[in-house]
Amino acid sequence: MSESHLSTATAHVHGHGEEDYLSCSSGWKSWAFTLDHKRIGVMYLVAILASFLAGGIMALLIRLELLLPGKFFLSEDQYNHMFTLHGAIMTFLFLIPSIPAALGNFMVPVMLGVKDVAFPRMNLASFYLWIGGAIFFLAAVILGGLDTGWTFYTPYSTTTNTSVITASLGVFILGFSSIFTGLNFLVTINMMRPAGMTWFRMPLFLWSLYATSIIQILATPVIGITGLLLIAERALGIGIFDPARGGDPVLFQHFFWFYSHPAVYIMILPAMGIISEMVSTFSRKPIFGYRFIAYSSIAIALLGFLVWGHHMFVSGQSPLAAMMFSALTFSVSIPSAIKVFNWLSTMYKGSVSLETPMCYTLSFIFLFGIGGLTGLFLGALATDVHLHDTYFVVAHFHYVMMGGTLIAFLGGLHYWWPKMFGKMYNENLARIACLIIFVGFNATFFPQFILGSRGMPRRYAKYDPEFQIFHQFSTFGALLLGAGLFLSAGVLLHSLLRGRRAPANPWGGSTLEWKCSSPPPHHNFDWPPVVTEPYHYDHIQYDPKEGGYVEVEEVAPDPDDAPLPVKH
Amino acid sequence: MSDSSSVVAEPSATSHHHSDDHPRFLAHHFGSPQQQFDAGKFGMWLFLITEVLFFSGLFCAYAVYRSTHPEAFANADRYLDSTLGATNTAVLIFSSLTMAWAVRAAQLGQKTLLIRLLTITLMCASIFLGVKAVEYSHKWDLGILWASQFNPKDHAAHSPALLVLSIPAILATMITGVAFAVSRAKKSPIAAPFWFCLLLTSVAFFGGVGLGTMVPVIEESFTGVKHGGDHEESHSEQGGDRSHGHDEHANVAQGTDAHAGHSHAAESQVSEPQASIGNGPSHLLGQAEFDPTYTGIFFSIYYVMTGLHAIHILAGMGTIAWLVWRSIRGDFGPDYFGPVDYVGLYWHLVDLIWIYLFPLLYLIG
Ligand code: HEM
Ligand SMILES: [Cu+2]
Repeated sequence: MSESHLSTATAHVHGHGEEDYLSCSSGWKSWAFTLDHKRIGVMYLVAILASFLAGGIMALLIRLELLLPGKFFLSEDQYNHMFTLHGAIMTFLFLIPSIPAALGNFMVPVMLGVKDVAFPRMNLASFYLWIGGAIFFLAAVILGGLDTGWTFYTPYSTTTNTSVITASLGVFILGFSSIFTGLNFLVTINMMRPAGMTWFRMPLFLWSLYATSIIQILATPVIGITGLLLIAERALGIGIFDPARGGDPVLFQHFFWFYSHPAVYIMILPAMGIISEMVSTFSRKPIFGYRFIAYSSIAIALLGFLVWGHHMFVSGQSPLAAMMFSALTFSVSIPSAIKVFNWLSTMYKGSVSLETPMCYTLSFIFLFGIGGLTGLFLGALATDVHLHDTYFVVAHFHYVMMGGTLIAFLGGLHYWWPKMFGKMYNENLARIACLIIFVGFNATFFPQFILGSRGMPRRYAKYDPEFQIFHQFSTFGALLLGAGLFLSAGVLLHSLLRGRRAPANPWGGSTLEWKCSSPPPHHNFDWPPVVTEPYHYDHIQYDPKEGGYVEVEEVAPDPDDAPLPVKH
Repeated sequence: MSDSSSVVAEPSATSHHHSDDHPRFLAHHFGSPQQQFDAGKFGMWLFLITEVLFFSGLFCAYAVYRSTHPEAFANADRYLDSTLGATNTAVLIFSSLTMAWAVRAAQLGQKTLLIRLLTITLMCASIFLGVKAVEYSHKWDLGILWASQFNPKDHAAHSPALLVLSIPAILATMITGVAFAVSRAKKSPIAAPFWFCLLLTSVAFFGGVGLGTMVPVIEESFTGVKHGGDHEESHSEQGGDRSHGHDEHANVAQGTDAHAGHSHAAESQVSEPQASIGNGPSHLLGQAEFDPTYTGIFFSIYYVMTGLHAIHILAGMGTIAWLVWRSIRGDFGPDYFGPVDYVGLYWHLVDLIWIYLFPLLYLIG
């Protein structure tokens, strides 16, 4: 990475005439040792998509096995391994790093208007730690698999003969990777905002990542120590979690959920941030209730630390604690609801255009709505005693994690794809893929609400014939969902080869990333960018010559801002 | 926050000259040395927060088991030698002083002083580990291990545990010694003093081992109280004296070893049966059998906490050694001393954790 990269940028977008980050250097070393946050983001993107593929194939195998009430092609044991690995891969390798480490890494400095994150080396280290964690997961699969469920509950995890130690080490290492990303974002956002980029001019995606990073910093060390104690329990027999030695397995659950409940907000907050960006851009209307959305991210991050006990209503916690956790659980849905109301109000009387990212946005609001609302049934103590550990829970968390995080991730990917790779994809096919995913998703998971409320427990390889119709429906839905995902992957990959060159601002976005060329130049900005209020669209108009949007009128410059660069 | 410190210049100024007006140590993506320093410091504080939360899991486990099984904790404490713990506390607090002073020296550009202070800090860390090795090996000999291996014996077995624990230090001494000799022969201006510092550090470990062996002996000669695995006797002796309330010896012991008297008070409340058993080695066994399960868990927590703390000491030593190298190279001065500052913060936190561990593990009862 040449640090003395000079340029004579005078064009209307940053980096016009400068080499972009993809072509500024080549050879595998220029990627493997890169300190450029954009390249690290792209490498992360490839890595997490690969794990998504692996986890997804396992999901399809699980669903296929459930086509029949008895045994189809997996033994009970294999089935246990399959859902454990599916869950562990999806959570630790895909969902948690997905938006922050891939899209966030790419976008945070660009949207903030700086050259890089605060600690580029730590950023690269984070990526290699991820790789290390993934290798440990792989080793766990090879050395006997894992059948504890992604939750590693003791005492089963202290007695099973599968490779718990290897997998826990993997989680430990991935935790560090996640901490490094979060720490980098916090420092970058706190310390490096350029002049004019006040807290309340930050795009909401940055607010959401800021909140996410707080959780990553505060919660992840706890899963780290929990993993180490679990390893020590198995390797040495320290007796802290093992009831056979006088230990307390419920303590493990407390430790685990103290991390893992906040971790679900690590997954959803960045998703909400992406939605806030897209909903405003595609409604061409300033976001409604900017401050409410910003503060609600922080509120979710902090309240999320107080509700972990709702996973343990039937684990033997005191009735008082259960009641408190139940009440607190409701409080955390308030800031989530605030966001949903603000998105809807943003669309109200906006000129909504249904480009692919907006289709994902609508899909998200619908699915997250269902997922969040069913969370309330689970958070209510009385109903959860019935619903706990049934397919209702499975459906709930898939609606929030897949319907929420994954859909927002896909939306964000389609939104920023032209920026990241400089190519436009086929809009119609991408929209069709989005529709198939939406239909397939609901077909897969809606029946599971019914299954769960009728008493079908989760994590079972076999079931009563009365449930078969719902399971089959769900399995066919999963196949449809898989087809939709493959279609959208095909559309995106095709664009890399055949896609039309992307303009700097294909959607009419108003945040800073649309002010540099697509793909962005190596150093993002050659001079500190002019920062104005985000989410103002009046001066951004479609220009048929560009095939994208351009700024048409001078914004009254802030007194302490540099003058706007000249327009063509 | 950073608004005022970031460089906002005319486009041409930054785009054409930005690499000229940057000092060598300033990374390209920072606007000013101040911004770089602040970012590093904030990052370090965040990292320390993660460290605190990392240990907090252990403190939670400690709190849970102490509240559910207080008697086991009271019982377990008597196996720990608080004098050695206190010695180590003093060593670490002193190292915090030298570390803080080293930051000051870096800021003032006092190169030689900086190198010396960092080396003393390293040596203190080494001494700490030496004392810890004595403690660990003594427990090993007495069978006082974590839950699954917790099997207290009456008399310390003679095992090479201390030697085994010293192997890394022996190797380090040999390697640094050779490296020093070679680099001195080559008259290498940076490597020679660097390896000398590390040689001193490695040797200091044996100073720690010596200290750990001598302190109990000296204490014994002063107070007549025998410490270590079989110091239970002395506790109950003091206890007996104390309950009669008129023996000077007990008061002396209390004065020098605050926890001795203290631990007894709790012990006589919770462990009734033992009061009637009386003194002697059989009493020790009685204690162990009183609740070996949870005493074992106490020692699990003890080993995990002190072990992780020791790992943090080692990590700190690694980074301080890196600072020594850079100081000899002359990297630090009034303009640039961030790394010394950050590592200093880390070192203080590691010391602070010990300052919590010491009373929670050694001074209860
Ligand atoms: C919006 C408000 C939410 C509420 C009130 C809520 C409530 C709950 C409750 C009470 C449970 C425990 C159910 C049981 O095991 O009996 C649960 C499980 C779960 N939730 Fe949520 N949730 C919410 C949002 C989310 C979000 C946003 C995510 C992830 C992005 C999420 C992911 C999960 C997961 C993964 C589980 C199951 C963990 C397991 O047992 O394997 N939830 N939720
Ligand atoms: Cu939860």
